[in-house]
Amino acid sequence: MPAETNSKPNEEMLLAIINNYPGENRYILSIMQDMQKQFNYLPRQGLEMIALHVDSPFSQVYSMATFYKAFSLVPKGRINFKVCDGTACHIKGSNVIIDQIYKHLGIRPGETTPDGEFSLETVNCIGACALAPAVLANDRVHPKVTSAGIVEIIKSYGGHVDASSK
Amino acid sequence: MQAANDLDSKLILVCCGTGCLANGSREVYQSLKKQLTDSEVTVSTFTKPTGCNGWCEKGPLVKIMPDDITYCQVKASDVPAIVEKTIQNGELLERLLYRDPQTKKRVKSHHQIDFYKKQHKLALRNIGEIDPASIDDYIARDGYKALAKALRKMTPSEVVEEVIASGLRGRGGGGFPTGIKWRAAAGQPAQPKYVICNGDEGDPGAFMDRSIMEGDPHTVIEGMIICAYAIGATRGFIYVRDEYSLAVTNLGIAIDSARRHGYLGNNILGSQLCFDIEIVRGGGAFVCGEETALMASIEGNVGEPRDKYVFPTEKGLWGQPTVINNVETWANIPVIIQDGAEQFAALGTAGSKGTKVFSLVGKVVNTGLVEVPMGTTLRDIIFTIGGGIPGGRGFKAVQTGGPSGGCIPESKLDLQVDFDSLLEAGSMMGSGGIIVMDDRTCMVEIARYYVHFLAGESCGKCTPCREGIKALLDTLTAICHGQGREEDLLYLEEISHTMQDASLCALGRTAANPVLSTLRYFKDEYLAHIREHCCPAGICRELTEFEIDPATCTGCGLCTKNCPVDAISGEKKQAHIIDQNKCIRCGECIDHCRFNAVLVR
Repeated sequence: MPAETNSKPNEEMLLAIINNYPGENRYILSIMQDMQKQFNYLPRQGLEMIALHVDSPFSQVYSMATFYKAFSLVPKGRINFKVCDGTACHIKGSNVIIDQIYKHLGIRPGETTPDGEFSLETVNCIGACALAPAVLANDRVHPKVTSAGIVEIIKSYGGHVDASSK
Repeated sequence: MQAANDLDSKLILVCCGTGCLANGSREVYQSLKKQLTDSEVTVSTFTKPTGCNGWCEKGPLVKIMPDDITYCQVKASDVPAIVEKTIQNGELLERLLYRDPQTKKRVKSHHQIDFYKKQHKLALRNIGEIDPASIDDYIARDGYKALAKALRKMTPSEVVEEVIASGLRGRGGGGFPTGIKWRAAAGQPAQPKYVICNGDEGDPGAFMDRSIMEGDPHTVIEGMIICAYAIGATRGFIYVRDEYSLAVTNLGIAIDSARRHGYLGNNILGSQLCFDIEIVRGGGAFVCGEETALMASIEGNVGEPRDKYVFPTEKGLWGQPTVINNVETWANIPVIIQDGAEQFAALGTAGSKGTKVFSLVGKVVNTGLVEVPMGTTLRDIIFTIGGGIPGGRGFKAVQTGGPSGGCIPESKLDLQVDFDSLLEAGSMMGSGGIIVMDDRTCMVEIARYYVHFLAGESCGKCTPCREGIKALLDTLTAICHGQGREEDLLYLEEISHTMQDASLCALGRTAANPVLSTLRYFKDEYLAHIREHCCPAGICRELTEFEIDPATCTGCGLCTKNCPVDAISGEKKQAHIIDQNKCIRCGECIDHCRFNAVLVR
């Protein structure tokens, strides 16, 4: 994950991204991807500025932001766990990993811990099927994660785990 | 590549595909580069990072040429020994060689391994052999020769006829004859025309397109330029999943260097052809793999499909004639033009020519990418190339075709895989995912999994797909929770048939395939869930209890060690017991037990 992620968006930073692209509809997706990369979510102000830039209704920009899986309208945690739930990972037990994360961090897919430290989502196949089941912590791949292994991974990122279990 | 021809120098190829990278191949590569510069090695060497070799299970892979040595599961700490012993002194490091599980012998080259012996590489011909960032590497392996041949020796219609004669069918799943598509677009008078590469690979368990775009981006570009010449197009787009960052990077480098070498831009290779390509990053929506949805996405809209009364070849991107093909299809074009249609058509079956790349994943020993001639049997792919099922467990089914495909049982393992045979068996080719399932895979739960996947990906535009998937999901979830009724099975079939008949696009029309194929071949598992409230595979939590058979348990303690909740107790060498109140039914015990002592109740 690049160092600049999670920086707080302001108008100047948003404009810097938007002005990299001509004001045409076909660039909406690219602008939103760049924003998502930099801030880890799409701020409402950013979407409004995109609508102005391409001269389209806000509703169209918003519909795209909610349609495509790559985007989030709320900020993600410092550590974003992406549990791969592609078929190979699924049949090798990705659901057990999701349950373990819920047990220890209290978050389900799509949620973030109240302290903003961790968030959890499931992703469709990251193409690392030989490493199934795989978990991404930000951009780092953890291969062949077991139900005990995920607890160690949570700990390694500073998470507090239920002491009664391994 | 020049290096390999130099007799005294060694070429060291480090696999930097996604699987190997996650296992630390970048560190191996950097360490090799450093050690070879720092130490006093007298042999001249060239070290290159390559795309995915396909044998992900044994990565990181390091190949040393011209000696043809393949080292498996290499760690950065192995590098000093490799440099000192193998590079400097020509000695083999036995411990890094693959050990054949049958003969127990160490094998020097990957060419001698069953995993590779039965493969025939066309689309993957360069991957693992070249540095994807180097256009010179691609050119040294006959790259852009097909383009030169097409431009200088063939008319556009001869190119189209050659592709038709090859019998190439779309590798993205549709299986539509590629040449026929090109002919339709070539015959349209409207200008401008567009060429699109569909790299929005979305099937879970399939990663061949990623591998091609990352490992050999120029073959895709060359294929697209040849098509542009054949149909008279001026602009091309490559639509790639944004998550595939390495593919985006490597394609970008390749496009830039192709421009510099005069393969893209105005008057390509001195001809009249003017054509350029840009990359569009996808937003992560499975339905965008459907061609009309993909074009809507490029235009800057929500990626919803439209009905295809008029084909994209007539009115596609921005209402103009458009040819859209999948990554693997493009990768085959230079081979067909260079070697001729006849040679390509000599491979494969009557209705499906050439080869197909499959991603072989799931409960199989050699996970990875394999390319075999069409018509190879499932048994050969799974057992000869794939090495069978790990852990001595029993084969149950193989799933092909992605979420819209179907599950095929053991009785059909001798099926010769091609577009038509898979359809007859109630599945489909899809983009080529082959997911192997053993007796620890619940077929009801797997149907629920696919339907759940599709529920999240249906765009919601048409009612049969939107509501049908929801109804299927609710019913399957109830069965997995032990609340199913026998009449549910008829209900599932009825909804499935309605969706097949009435949905707008292929996503909805095929969404019921996982349900119908599991009902067809594994009805007894559905009935076990409904009548006996039992999940034979031990996957559905509400219906599963694990217990240890005291007669078979040796008290080795492996299950205790792997249990994440300390639910298993017992003295050493005595039968162990599972505390059902603590057990979370994760299945670690049954998966780790070497004596089959853990039973599903």
